[in-house]
Amino acid sequence: MTIDILRQIAVVLGALAFLAVCWWAFSPKRKKRFEEDAKLPFADEQETLDKSARESESTTGDEAGKKQEQGQDK
Amino acid sequence: MTTTVAEAGKLPDYDYNIVRQFTIMSVVWGIFGMGVGVLIAAQLAWPALNDLWQPFTHFGRLRPLHTNAVIFAFGGSVLFATSYYVVQRTCQTRLWGGWLIPFTFWGWQVVIIAAAITLPLGYTSSKEYAELEWPIDILIALVWIAYAIVFFGTIAKRRTSHIYVANWFFGAYIITIAALHIVNNLEVPVAPFKSYSIYSGTKDAMIQWWYGHNAVGFFLTAAFLGIMYYFVPKQAGRPVYSYQLSIVHFWALISIYVWAGGHHLHYSALPDWTQSLAMIMSVILLAPSWGGMINGIMTLSGAWHKLRTDPTLRFLVVSLSFYGMSTFEGPMMSIKTVNALSHNTDWTIGHVHSGALGWVAMISIGALYHLVPVLWGRKEMYSVKLINAHFWLATVGTVLYIAAMWVNGITQGLMWRAFNADGTLTYSFVESVIASHPGYIVRWLGGAFFLTGMFLMAYNVFRTVTDEPKEGEVRHDENLPIAKNA
Repeated sequence: MTIDILRQIAVVLGALAFLAVCWWAFSPKRKKRFEEDAKLPFADEQETLDKSARESESTTGDEAGKKQEQGQDK
Repeated sequence: MTTTVAEAGKLPDYDYNIVRQFTIMSVVWGIFGMGVGVLIAAQLAWPALNDLWQPFTHFGRLRPLHTNAVIFAFGGSVLFATSYYVVQRTCQTRLWGGWLIPFTFWGWQVVIIAAAITLPLGYTSSKEYAELEWPIDILIALVWIAYAIVFFGTIAKRRTSHIYVANWFFGAYIITIAALHIVNNLEVPVAPFKSYSIYSGTKDAMIQWWYGHNAVGFFLTAAFLGIMYYFVPKQAGRPVYSYQLSIVHFWALISIYVWAGGHHLHYSALPDWTQSLAMIMSVILLAPSWGGMINGIMTLSGAWHKLRTDPTLRFLVVSLSFYGMSTFEGPMMSIKTVNALSHNTDWTIGHVHSGALGWVAMISIGALYHLVPVLWGRKEMYSVKLINAHFWLATVGTVLYIAAMWVNGITQGLMWRAFNADGTLTYSFVESVIASHPGYIVRWLGGAFFLTGMFLMAYNVFRTVTDEPKEGEVRHDENLPIAKNA
């Protein structure tokens, strides 16, 4: 096997790896999941936590809404 | 499938102390490193300044101090601060690692101070961006391994099922820098502050620029993209434009960057095929770089109006514009025919600073302005007007700097390659130096603008941290339990 064959194999494997990553990332099956993942930076904000807490207990709801407004003022 | 599993109403007890320490030192080392930069820029314009205190203040000794201080002291502190912050908040868990955490802080400060002492004294291994001698190299390796243990230990005990993309970039940076630093600094010590590289000749040059370019690729690019993927969405108040694109961006960027280092050695003794390979890989690199830039900028779609009122967001977005500009310029300069003109000229310096000031420093500054109020429990920075003034000083300073270097670089390249009809050189070298003088003054001015902005930042941060918050100015929407301890 000459070095040229190895080079050709490397190019094909590299291209396949790239296409595989693209297929994995963009396949419609995973779209929903990645949209959820993208929200991760906001998941530990007090507002987000309050919102989920409100579903079971609604005592902090009004306050959280006001804070959210404040946060958006900036 | 949901991957964000925050427990309702309860926030983890984040370790903000270490983040605060690195945040403050980022500002301190930023001023120090850029101050040295302005001094050496002045030395090139007015050479008498070399003689302030010979031989310690000679350009040749201060230049590595400048590069080490801005990259590893300023950039490094920013990266420690932001990576420790982001990994905790997106893994929703406290930083793991016990005494290793303060060790990374104090160890890194000792490295910086050792560099600031040994480089002016003339101790150097002569490898660019890896000048520090072997005892300091060993300490860097220990700190870095501790950093990796803390970072990946925290990821291992995360409470979210997914690892957010910013952490992938930070993780790639930590692993790659460890490998680059250790391999490039393999050397034979012959005295307490003298060593010889175990590689020789062309091989040494190739290892050095494999290190050098990937220091750019992973320290100054991948890690700061980690900052982008967390702080741009946070400051804009919306998730990143395309999370799928960010995954392709990550894998494409890290697998292509490692091949590009050879373009630093065009027309050298490096085998021709290696130069061509580096050139082609550098040109391909344009695609993932711009993919990432577009992903960051498009995050603002629908929120462009925020740029009018939020100078912090402006820092982050303009940094991405400079990133796009310098990642276009870089592949172009790596083409051998273009490189024949640009090599060894000031154009290269301009390109580096378009990345270093425009991209790295500006995204760092944006992230710090976002961080400081959160870390000290304030609603916002002491003065938003000062952030705005800082933004304009930084932008104008960067533009002055790179425009001066473009003019100088092309002038030098054209003068050096000009021939008379009989084959003799049209210009002597010193004529190109004289032609560069106006550009050197403009470059110094641009650097001084940028440095002035950093002083505004230091004052703004100082007032934000020390002023007693007025009623209603305390921040409620972030992690309060920790902020109260401040």
